[in-house]
Formats: sequence, C-alpha cells, structure tokens
Amino acid sequence: MTDITIDRFPDSKTGESYLDEGHSLASWLTTTDHKRIAILYALSITAFFFIGGFAIGLVRLELLEPHGLFLTDEEYNRLFTMHGIIMVWFFLVPSIPTTFGNFLLPMMIGAKDVAFPRLNLMSWYLFVIGATFTIIMIVAGGVDTGWTFYTPLSTLYANGNVIAAAAGVFVTGFSSIATGINFIATTHMLRAPGMTWTRLPLFVWSIYAVSVVMILATPVLAMSLLLVVVERWFGVPIFNPNNGGDPLLFQHLFWFYSHPAVYIMILPAMGVISEVFACFARRKVFGYTAMIYSLMGIAVIGFMVWGHHMFVAGQSPYANLVFSFLSFVVAVPSAIKVFNWVATLYGGQIVFKAPMLYAMGFLGLFTVGGLTGLFLASVPIDIHVTDTYFVIAHFHFIMVGGSVSAFFAALHFWWPKITGRLYPDYWARFGAITMFLGFNATFLPQFVMGYEGMPRRYHVYPEQFQVYHVISTSGTVLLAVAYILPLFYLGWSLFYGDRAGRNPWHAAGLEWEAASPPPKDNFERTPTVTGGPYSYGEDAEPRAHTA
Amino acid sequence: MSEAPALLHEPWPSVERQREGATFGLWLFIATEILFFSGLFLGYTLYRNIYPDAFKIAARETEVVFGTVNTAILMTSSLTMAVASRSATRGFRKMTLLCLAVTITLGCAFLVCKGLEYHDDIDNRLVPGPDFKLEPPETQIFWAFYWVMTGIHAIHVTVGIGIVTTVTLLIARRRLPLATAAVEAMALYWHFVDVIWIFLLPLLYLMGRS
Repeated sequence: MTDITIDRFPDSKTGESYLDEGHSLASWLTTTDHKRIAILYALSITAFFFIGGFAIGLVRLELLEPHGLFLTDEEYNRLFTMHGIIMVWFFLVPSIPTTFGNFLLPMMIGAKDVAFPRLNLMSWYLFVIGATFTIIMIVAGGVDTGWTFYTPLSTLYANGNVIAAAAGVFVTGFSSIATGINFIATTHMLRAPGMTWTRLPLFVWSIYAVSVVMILATPVLAMSLLLVVVERWFGVPIFNPNNGGDPLLFQHLFWFYSHPAVYIMILPAMGVISEVFACFARRKVFGYTAMIYSLMGIAVIGFMVWGHHMFVAGQSPYANLVFSFLSFVVAVPSAIKVFNWVATLYGGQIVFKAPMLYAMGFLGLFTVGGLTGLFLASVPIDIHVTDTYFVIAHFHFIMVGGSVSAFFAALHFWWPKITGRLYPDYWARFGAITMFLGFNATFLPQFVMGYEGMPRRYHVYPEQFQVYHVISTSGTVLLAVAYILPLFYLGWSLFYGDRAGRNPWHAAGLEWEAASPPPKDNFERTPTVTGGPYSYGEDAEPRAHTA
Repeated sequence: MSEAPALLHEPWPSVERQREGATFGLWLFIATEILFFSGLFLGYTLYRNIYPDAFKIAARETEVVFGTVNTAILMTSSLTMAVASRSATRGFRKMTLLCLAVTITLGCAFLVCKGLEYHDDIDNRLVPGPDFKLEPPETQIFWAFYWVMTGIHAIHVTVGIGIVTTVTLLIARRRLPLATAAVEAMALYWHFVDVIWIFLLPLLYLMGRS
C-alpha cells in the first residue's frame, strides 16, 4: 500500500475529522452527524451479530449427535428462535442501510447530512429501546415460537416471553421506518448541483429502493405483531380459530412484510457489490440503467410474492399458482443484475484486494441462493422440501452468503474512508477466503440433507443425517474464525494502520473526494457534479469540481 | 437570541427547500401509517366477508350517538387546524395560536367522548372474553377489531394533541418562529388521523343499521 492517492484538492487543514468533533460519551450519544450515528449503529449491530452467532453456535454443537448433546427440546427451540430474531431484525435488516447507508448516502450525493438529522438520531434510540426489550426477553428465558411468531402457537400456547420479543421487533420496526423516510427525503431533496438521478451511484439507488420497501412493508409487520400481542395479552380473539379466527391471516400479514424484508436485506448488498466491482475491475458498471430498473423491479415485485411461504399452509391452489409464477418473475431482475456484474468484470483490469474477494464470494453464493430459490418457487418441489434444511440452506445462501459477504465487502472497501486507516490486506484476504470456504462447508451439506428429508427445527434426527450435520458444524468453526478475525486486524489498523489518504483505491465515487476520515460537513465546499458515477479506465474524467 | 430563533437548519440549503422537505417527509410517514392501518382494514374486510351475519349483529351494539358526535368534533378540529396552518404562513400570529388552542381542545373533547363510550361498552359486556354478551362467537371478532381500531386511533389522537400542544407553546413563547414548517407538517398528520376516523365510522358504527 505504498501508492499515493490522487489529490485533486490539496489537503486542507480546515475542518477536523468527524471523529475529533468531541471525544466524550455525551458528544456521541447526542450527535446528529450521520457519520457518527452510523458508527453508533455499527457498534450496536456488531454486538448483536455476535450474540446471534453465539446462539447458533450452541445449536450447531447440539446437532453433532442424532440424539442431541446437551440441550432440552425447549432450550433448543429458544436458542434457534433467539438466533432468528436477532439476526433478522437486529443485524441483517439494519446492517448495510443504517451503517454504510447512513455514512455514505449523504456523501455520495454531495450533501452535508441526511434530511432530518434529529430523526436519524431518534431512529438509533428506537433501535436501542427495541434492543433492550430483546435483551430483557433473552434474560427472562427467551421465546420458543421461531422468529416467525406463527399463531395460534404464539398467541395461545407458547410459554416464552412472546410479548417482550414482539415489542422489541415492533419498536425496532419504527427505527427502520424513520431511517427509510430519512433516506428517501435525502435522496430527493439534498442532491448536490449536477447530481441528477442518472448520475447517482448504484449504492444510492439500492438504498433508495430499500427505503421504499422499509416504509411500506415494516408497518404491516408492526400491525401483525401488535395483533399478536393484543390477542395474547387481553385474550381478544383475532386469529383464534375457536372464535372463527383465521391463523392463515396472520401468515399473510407477516409474510407481506417478511418477504419484502428479504429484499431489505439483499438490495443494499447489491448496491455495495456494484460499487466494489466497478472499482476493482476498473470499469464502468455494465448496463447502469438496467441495474436501476432491476433494483426498483425487485423492490416492487418483491411485494407480490409473499404467498410462496404458504404453499402448504392451506392456501388455495389458484393463489399458489399465481404466487409461484410471480416468484419466478422476481428472479428475472436478480438475474439481470448477476449478468451485468459478470459483464462488468469481463475485460476489466481486476485487482484482487480484500473487498473484491468478498464481493466475488457474494457473486457465487448469491447465484446459488437465487437459483435454489427457483426450486422453491415451483410448487411441487416446494411441497417436497418445505420446512427442511433445503430451505434453510437456500435463505442462508442469500442472507449470509449474500448480505453478510456484501457487508464485509463494504466494511473493507470503505474502512479507509470511515477510519482514515489502512488494514493489512493479507489478513483481510485470508479472512475473505476463510469465510467463503467456511460458508460452503456449513451450508452446502444442508441442501443435501434437506432434500433427503431432514426437517428444520428438530434437534433429534435419524442417524443417516449425522455426517452432514458434522460437516456443517465443522464449517461453522471456520465461519466463526472468519467473523472474529476482522475484529483483530481492523482493531489493529485503528491504532497502527497506515494513513489512508483520500482515495486509496483510486475509486470514482464522490465520497472519495472528501478527506479520510471526512470532516463534519463532509466537503470543504458543496461539490458540483459533472459526470456519471463510474468514470474508470479509458473514460476516466474528473467527476466533480468545487464551484 | 430568543427574538430571532433560527428558521434554517443544517443540512438544508434554503428555507423553501427545508419546508418542502418537511412536508415530503410527512407524506412518506403517512404512507407508512396507511400501510399500518391497512392490516386492520384487511382483517376486518376478510372476516366481514366470511361472517356477514355475525358482523351485523355485533355492529348494532356500537354507540352511534357517540360515534356521530365524535365525527363532528374531529371534523371541526380539522377545520381549525387548516385555518391555523394557513394563518401561520400568512403571519397571523394571534389567529394561529387561537386556532391551535381550539384544535387541542377539540382533540381532548374527542378523547373524553371516546372514554365515555368505552365506559358504556364495558358496562354492556362488549369486551371479548368469557363474559361477552353476544352470540355467535364470531361477534367477538368484530368487537376485537372495534377495540383495536378505535384504540390505535385514540393513541394517534393523543400523540397528535401532544405534538400540537408542544408546537403551540413553543410558538407562543417565541422559541419557534411562526413560519416554521412544523405547523404545516403537523396539520397534515392531524388531517390524516381524521381521515382514518372517516373510514372507521361506517365500518364500526353505520354497518348493520340500514
């Protein structure tokens, strides 16, 4: 890392970095700076990532033996529920938008901050309140419904702390709504002069698309959980079959959020990958406009496929037919994205830095996850593999192989911008490869055992599946190493890493024009944008100048 | 410094843009709220289609007088809120404060009426549960929706009263300029809460009475 950054601006001493705006705890807890709020979010979700990871570590350990190693049925149920709730709502949903979205969206469009800075801080506090409910739930003994809170189990029969768990998710939901509103308003209202809609980086488009999904889907989840709480607490019948209530209605409401929630998790990842590929292949993203339309297409069609979670739940066969068809349709824009990424790489001058390796991992794993999604979209196959490890493997390929890989790609790509330091690339590449191998070792066997009939959510299973479970659990160890490793080398870089300079990757985005770490107002002067977002290679031209 | 509280905040380039932004943000919030209530409306519609007779029996028990009075109260409060919003942009300080005060009063009156109605409902054993007075059991579903829908609406009214009171006090003490975008934004919210009520009235009070 000896190559020096291109500095179109002389390093100005004006404006200290956002990290130097105050060092007290109070200055962090009352900040309205989008960059500091991003850091607050990053610390919170990292803590939850490891709590949720710890829970699944115990689950994987338990599954080493066909008759269970050390957990009772009840404990096992509570552990996988805890893993699901924490990973979905306290890591994956907020992960990229609230950290990198918060930090980068205003910078990428040349703004000083998000549209409503105080609302932004409030959203973090809402997250903390929701997190507190969840911690209380865990300390009080957990909940055993699975992360889906299906009725009538959750309303009439479950013994766990359903109300605390639902309250936590409910409150956190409003945190993501506040974030979504903020991002949409920021993108509409605060773009710098010359930053037209077709000059926005794809990461901004992906955050925009995800915000639309957040503000339209999350409230429906809030309502369905509220109804569960009301029914459980006051005994008011809404989904109770004894009074003519319909448990399937809950599933419809729940999946109306929770399927789009999958796209909340994956859309920002797609944005990250587009940025990373363009930078490390030194090429313009292939089919920029098609990428935008496919992002928005996924966001819109994603609202119309929720019924594929209920193929065997008693839904009408005609509804199954329609939802099956629409689920195939939603694969089209995803495929467009994959082909465009590959086309971006084709003929590019590829450099395998750590962010690029994580992004390549994303590409492979996301493709497998997406293709197995097509299996599940077709009703006959889905009936065979419903509620098996095949489903688990499929959505982990998307959420962990896709979103988490992209999260790490983003972390390594923008770490120099956020902290002003370079990390040891060797260890980062080692981490990326370990993660890819560990992931495949963990989840590939699950496709096989799922297809052969291993049901999910059971800790006692026929002996024929043991070999797959053992491979899967050993893969988990590799994954754990890959997740813990960055804590060390990134932590090391904070103190001993080389200064990064403005633009260590020679990347084209507007955020790289600011100092690293950026000053409080991001840019010395409001930039005027004169070109598209990916001026790499032969078309390289100055992106922006300050008026 | 209390004489000239700042109108323009970071990160906005101009006051006009900031005003547009506040309104735009509130419209987005209203989109969220519509989806929030839509879960209830969907559930109501579904069950009413499955159990039309039970819903008619159940809906006859709601207190239509309270419902009507409350509709009148809320509509009037919407009028005073609209006047307040308009006078704020024109700089009519006294008129704005007066109208906001009337809006708060009407909001409180709505809650009082609602409380009296709830009291009657409880006396009439209309809370779903073992003590519920109506048959068949599906009537309990209607009443479950009645309590949840009106309850959540009442929470929205309460929040609205809180916001309007805060902003009114801040303007009265000149801590917030009269031209603040907050008045228009909270007016939007207030009207939205009223519109929800317009949908609740026929669903809960008028149904089964034709």
